[in-house]
Amino acid sequence: MKLLRLAPENTKFPFMRFRRVSYPFSALLSLIAVALFVFKGMNFGIDFAGGTVIELRAKSGAAEVGTLRTLGEGLQLGDIEVQAFGNPADATLRFGLQPGGDVAQQAAVERVRGAVGGYYDLRRVEVVGPRVSNELVQSGTLGVVLSIIAVLTYLWFRFEWQFAIGAVIATMHDLLLTVGFFSITQLEFNTTSIAAILTIVGYSLNETVVVLDRIRENMRKYKKLPTAQMVDMSINAVLPRTIMTATTVMLALFALVAFGGQVIRSFSVAMIWGIFVATYSSIFICSPMLIYLGLRNEDADKAAQKHETERKADTVAAREEFTEEPVSAPPKSTPAPARKTSGKRAKTRPA
Amino acid sequence: MLRFSTWKFFAIVAMTVAAVLVVAPSMLSPSHYEELKSRLPSWLTPPTIVLGLDLQGGSHVTLEVDQADLISTQVKNLRDDVRRILREEKVAISGGIGTTTRGVQVRVADPADREKVLPKLRLLRNSFSGALLGGPSPLDVEASPDGVIRVTVTDAGITDKSRKAVEQSIEVIRRRVDALGTREPSIQRQGDDRVLVQVPGLQDPETLKEILGKTAKLEFRLVADPGQNPSEIEELDQVDQEGKLGVEKQVMVKGEDLTDAQPGFDQQRSGEPVVNFRFNIRGAQAFGEVTSKNVGRLFAIILDNKIISAPRILTPITGGSGQISGRFTVEQANNLAILLRAGALPAKLNIVEERTVGPGLGQDSIDAGKRAAYVGAGLVVVYMLVTYGVFGVFANLALFVHIAFIFAGLVLLGSTLTLPGIAGIVLTIGMAVDSNVLIYERIREENHAGRSILASLDAGFTRAFATIVDSNVTMFVAAAILYFLGSGPVRGFAVSLALGILTTIVTAVTMTRMMIAVWYHYARPTKLPI
Repeated sequence: MKLLRLAPENTKFPFMRFRRVSYPFSALLSLIAVALFVFKGMNFGIDFAGGTVIELRAKSGAAEVGTLRTLGEGLQLGDIEVQAFGNPADATLRFGLQPGGDVAQQAAVERVRGAVGGYYDLRRVEVVGPRVSNELVQSGTLGVVLSIIAVLTYLWFRFEWQFAIGAVIATMHDLLLTVGFFSITQLEFNTTSIAAILTIVGYSLNETVVVLDRIRENMRKYKKLPTAQMVDMSINAVLPRTIMTATTVMLALFALVAFGGQVIRSFSVAMIWGIFVATYSSIFICSPMLIYLGLRNEDADKAAQKHETERKADTVAAREEFTEEPVSAPPKSTPAPARKTSGKRAKTRPA
Repeated sequence: MLRFSTWKFFAIVAMTVAAVLVVAPSMLSPSHYEELKSRLPSWLTPPTIVLGLDLQGGSHVTLEVDQADLISTQVKNLRDDVRRILREEKVAISGGIGTTTRGVQVRVADPADREKVLPKLRLLRNSFSGALLGGPSPLDVEASPDGVIRVTVTDAGITDKSRKAVEQSIEVIRRRVDALGTREPSIQRQGDDRVLVQVPGLQDPETLKEILGKTAKLEFRLVADPGQNPSEIEELDQVDQEGKLGVEKQVMVKGEDLTDAQPGFDQQRSGEPVVNFRFNIRGAQAFGEVTSKNVGRLFAIILDNKIISAPRILTPITGGSGQISGRFTVEQANNLAILLRAGALPAKLNIVEERTVGPGLGQDSIDAGKRAAYVGAGLVVVYMLVTYGVFGVFANLALFVHIAFIFAGLVLLGSTLTLPGIAGIVLTIGMAVDSNVLIYERIREENHAGRSILASLDAGFTRAFATIVDSNVTMFVAAAILYFLGSGPVRGFAVSLALGILTTIVTAVTMTRMMIAVWYHYARPTKLPI
């Protein structure tokens, strides 16, 4: 049986050479994301902004958005947002916090019910007061910050410090771009979006760890290889799995977008973007960071610099082959436990 | 690689069978489940997955003690206490008892009298808040040389009252919600001043809100006569009439002395719905006394500071029972009776958060979630098959068991399945195969590098394992933090995600390895099929 392969085999993409492009590119995107967040802002859902969302279904026929809007404006609830979605009988009403506090909020729902209750069923009513929404903002922010700190600590213990820094920078990058994504698409940002962000953080680190794991393994195996080359080689080795996994997760997420219903759609869409960014950052942001942070292989790197200058003189940029040490025969006695001791050795070596 | 201990094999098979058995009842339709339940002994009755309110429909309401109302109630009680002490000690005052935002103040006519009342007033501290052992005082009592005495409630007193109010409220709310006849309501305290009420499957959330939003403080006070001291009079709204009516500030009988309240119909007159009530001995006595002394006057029945009705006292009522009429509908009379039976809330509770999902929408969400899960799982299964062939079959079997484990975990933990929880499971379906992909790709790689099939398989599993542990720990940390900081549905997502990560180790690593070992033993391949 001929099996399907999405990833080309035995690739030798010089990923590290892209760092001169990918860093400025990502820096620019991150700046844009921050600018969007500051100037355009997010479409905060009622979880964070406070206010009321009411989902309506017409008792018969289709929902009339125009009529609803006029009705809503007549009730004087401030800015009222009426939207149709999915089923033609469905519509949502959304309006902000009412002056007069929690009691006024409830009174507003009553007024809406009185006005539309004859023609529509209220399928979902959510009212969040100002204090609750403030607390949700706090716990959400705290969650994201705590999870990053926790993971940083784990990676620091488990890997060399360069890895931990690289992983955190890649994660921050993904976080910024996801926030930018929410800002530019104006997808509703609510507590479920925080869940999406934390999952993206998890996935991003998952990707990063897979790549870093291989880099660490190869670092010990190919001591004489320049860092850049060694990193390239590691990324190429895990590339098939990266593509495979990203594809299966995407398949699951597209199923959620298409069939999962309205409530989790923004969650799923954000996740798709997050998976894309996380895969990119593990290769183009985290891994090159190791080079900038001066990860080991000083001798090899010096030799490579010399080699590089020589090569620049060459008119033909020859593709490099990984011939330093044969891939085919790794010493059989390098199982996992031995790694830990060598890890310590690598750590104590002066930088 | 080939050696796989028998006990491990049976342990995994047993776990899988157990998981399927635990999950199976949840997959039955409710009627089939009831039938199963009736046939099995109770200790064997399988629990089903608890659906969150977003899936089965229902109301989630967070109530918060209204601080302003709490304080004003405390100040009122304080004023009554101070008045009582002044009367008992026969101390004359100039002017009435004034109230400030946080307490009361009074000027004694003869400054020498201060010494008579001050110790008594200080004793109020104990009765105001008995549980504060050695803590900061709930009351400040101070006297200035010109004869003005101030009694103020301190911040500590407010915090303490607020906490106690929540405790009492939980009891009252439970009685009220139970009277509605809903099943399995959950009433919990949240923080210092909040109560979370969750009522699943509620058809009419408005009744719930109406019943929760009322303090149900019932008072009987005399309607003021013209020419009475204005400082002793309060103007209150009337429910069935326009305009205000002046009533005496002094409360003659309180709702606390009610022993029962039932809806009924007025027998003598119109036959309109009324609420019949009965007092305890103390209430009956007080009620009898007031009605005997004040025949001919109007007696106001006041609920939550609104006058429901103010009938004239025709004859002394000494029997300890009475009737409240106020142009009620049958439903209003019924709700009022529920409120009176359950007792008054110690302070007004405001609704600060409400999430209500209709049962129809809940069912739609379940259907949508199921569809997404089937499609997602189907796509992943096919993709694994076309990519890895026979190894894909193993991965898919592991995936199936993996999902069974997640659901079994949800059932056994009694955790709630929410809509984001379903999203978490769908996502896990995509993530779960990651471990298998890591292993398989590693096997391929080792095989391409020239190792024998057996050595490649072995190396693939051993080397991928470290990576799998590292990557899953990071994901697990994120899930754990989501669980501890998230609320409601987000928690459900975190639980699904965490369960998915934990079971990955068993299914994707150990189980797949076992299947591949068995396969290798029988197929004796000469070439790796991936």
